[in-house]
Amino acid sequence: MRDRPTGDAALLLLADSRLPAGGHAHSGGAEEAVRLGTITGPEDLARFLRGRLATAGLVSAALAAAACEFAAATADHPAGPYGHAGPDPDADPAALWRRLDAEADARTASPAQREASRVQGRLLVRSARRIWPSAVLDELAKAVPEGAHHPIALGAAAAAAGCDPYQAALAAAYNSVTGPATAAVRLLGLDPVTVHRLLADLAPALNDAAHAACASLIDDVVHGVAQNGAGGHQGPAQNTATQDGAKRDDPPHHGGATNSGPTHTGSADGPAAKALGSAWPALPGHAAPALDLLAEGHRGNPMKLFVS
Amino acid sequence: MGAQHDDLHDAADPHGRALRLGIGGPVGSGKTALVAALCRSLGPSMRLGVVTNDIYTTEDAEFLRRAGVLDPERILAVQTGCCPHTAIRDDIAANLDAVETLEERFGPLDLVIVESGGDNLTATFSRGLADRQIFVLDVSGGDKVPRKGGPGVITADLLVINKTDLAPLVGADLTVMSRDAAAVRDGRPVLFTSIREDRSAHSVAEWVTSLVNTWKHSNDQAHDHTRTTPTTAA
Amino acid sequence: MTTPLRSPAASRTASVTARAVIATELSDGRTRLETLRSDPPLTLRQTGPGLVHLVSTGAGPLGGDRLELTIDVAPGTDLEVRSVASTLVLPGSSPAGSVMLIDARVGAGASLRFSPEPTVLAAGCSHRMAVRLSLADDATLFWREEIVFGRHGERPGRCRTRFDATVAGRPLLRQELLIGDPAVDAGPAVYGDARCVGSTLIAGQRWDAARDRKQERRATIGDGWAAMPLAGPGVLASALAGDTVELRSRLERAESAAALLAIS
Repeated sequence: MRDRPTGDAALLLLADSRLPAGGHAHSGGAEEAVRLGTITGPEDLARFLRGRLATAGLVSAALAAAACEFAAATADHPAGPYGHAGPDPDADPAALWRRLDAEADARTASPAQREASRVQGRLLVRSARRIWPSAVLDELAKAVPEGAHHPIALGAAAAAAGCDPYQAALAAAYNSVTGPATAAVRLLGLDPVTVHRLLADLAPALNDAAHAACASLIDDVVHGVAQNGAGGHQGPAQNTATQDGAKRDDPPHHGGATNSGPTHTGSADGPAAKALGSAWPALPGHAAPALDLLAEGHRGNPMKLFVS
Repeated sequence: MGAQHDDLHDAADPHGRALRLGIGGPVGSGKTALVAALCRSLGPSMRLGVVTNDIYTTEDAEFLRRAGVLDPERILAVQTGCCPHTAIRDDIAANLDAVETLEERFGPLDLVIVESGGDNLTATFSRGLADRQIFVLDVSGGDKVPRKGGPGVITADLLVINKTDLAPLVGADLTVMSRDAAAVRDGRPVLFTSIREDRSAHSVAEWVTSLVNTWKHSNDQAHDHTRTTPTTAA
Repeated sequence: MTTPLRSPAASRTASVTARAVIATELSDGRTRLETLRSDPPLTLRQTGPGLVHLVSTGAGPLGGDRLELTIDVAPGTDLEVRSVASTLVLPGSSPAGSVMLIDARVGAGASLRFSPEPTVLAAGCSHRMAVRLSLADDATLFWREEIVFGRHGERPGRCRTRFDATVAGRPLLRQELLIGDPAVDAGPAVYGDARCVGSTLIAGQRWDAARDRKQERRATIGDGWAAMPLAGPGVLASALAGDTVELRSRLERAESAAALLAIS
């Protein structure tokens, strides 16, 4: 059994739907699915939630874990997590926050979902800066003034609250299903106890998603090192514009980014911190084409109760 | 839209920002009509912004934009996810963001009005969002409503009882309403109006004007103690 | 030289590893195929100037196969890649899954159009597909992928795809699809009642939204399709459908809409 992480109570606060950060107004596609009649009751809802968790939920969890890990590393090394790794224009924390945020952009094809994610991220950072004041959150707010993507904001807030990356991932996975579940209760008048039963049934999958999210960080750090040894073209500075089209900066083809296992990452520093950024390109990117269509349909519909 | 001020995150710090006025009340009581009336009366002399919290559409925002009482860009709509009271009381993040966005884009402003979605008698604004609040009732809800009280009726800085022109038609006794409201409101003001007849809601506009002037004055004085140069919201 | 179409994959017993290459070069201002290396079952044919067909993808890959295709579009050249038939992914005698890897680079001022016929996931298959696209800043791309969940009336095997596209090293689109988990596939969040999924990435500077960071550009949507402007210089056309004909028709509508989203 692992040591008790110190952030358990903070995790409860962070994941609580009463956290005043604007989450109550987002249905994560559920409102549009209800309008189209693809969610009509608890069974549809259960499948919707399972699919959402396996796709958007897992991606959010991985991004949140990465953000939390990175935030902890910047907190440990105020000059920047790569301050000891030699001169690198991309190593200042603001540039790295933007890089991680760009990874969230690349995993969110739907502009409606990107906008909803940025709005929620901005509101979360606003509230979190007052609830858990920290230099990391100030840095993130400055680095991405239009609002960081929600999972990135959640990961940073988790670090500020004292959570570890696993807890950040768990909060993100949890958020990815509780918002739509609550929205469905309100929109369809479902029995809230029945819906909470659905969420309870998802509990093991939530844990798995958080584990998989953290495993993807570790796996890809390992991959990054292996790639460096073999081909020498991978590295934390993969975002530099000097690379031409022939340079590879993508995840290895052989990567097992979705392995699940009971692995936890603590706040990384030392050699792991050096490789932090190199893990980001290979983080999970599970897409849900139906959610994309729902999000865009919702945005175009003027009659709605929820922002997304 | 989006606002990321370093200085405005704490609503409790009012220095150099606009007065934030919440307007709440039940569905159909005339909140949107009152906002339009205030824009008409105050627009010429004040720098205004409006945030609406519509329930099911952006109808209120659209109504105000079409009414031509204010530059449409100065009206932002916030969606509240089925829970209008949550958005003004428990989780005010989206409303605060909208208010700060207006101040960032158009600031400095004198007054930002936040109109709540139509809700029940228990809905009031968080102090984190609104510095002062008006609760709007109308006579057609029956003359017993003030007696029933509720946080909105009791604690609002101003209680507006609208649609007085309908009183004879619905058999509402304004004297009873006035007496009952006074009884539960501990001296806080009550104004009767018919925005249909007085499209500028003069009495309410006067009350708001004096509020804004007091707000500015006290903030200017506070400034003198803490800062050497006046700053604006932006 | 002629290479006969290989015999049906199902009759093959040993799994194969194949590495095929297409590379262009600029010669007197025109595109020339500098390398066209077939490696059966990946067989390539030049069918026109700057046009290559994959001719032998009618059946297979089989479990245990590992097929790699490298595409290198040199600066200033134009390449189009198509296939003559659908790719049918089958289980094989090997318990290992099949793997298809495509690595493509598109140089400065170059363009690549990749529009093969659909990949059909037969029952029992276990397939992994990975595409890595590296685009230079001013490269142009049209990259279509269509996946069919099983032959007619058949439940699909399992498939995992990963798609990574970068422009000058910056991530443009990273997407994975998981197909074949009944608990997820049929849910209203992922594929709904669709039996085919398709997407086309259309990228180039004409879709660069960098000037428009705060307000996201709007998507164009229709019945079962969407053309979604990405955060970077590109648009993703996406479609879900009940069959391949409907899928192609929806995807083409989305592609047309995507073209209209270009910034003039």
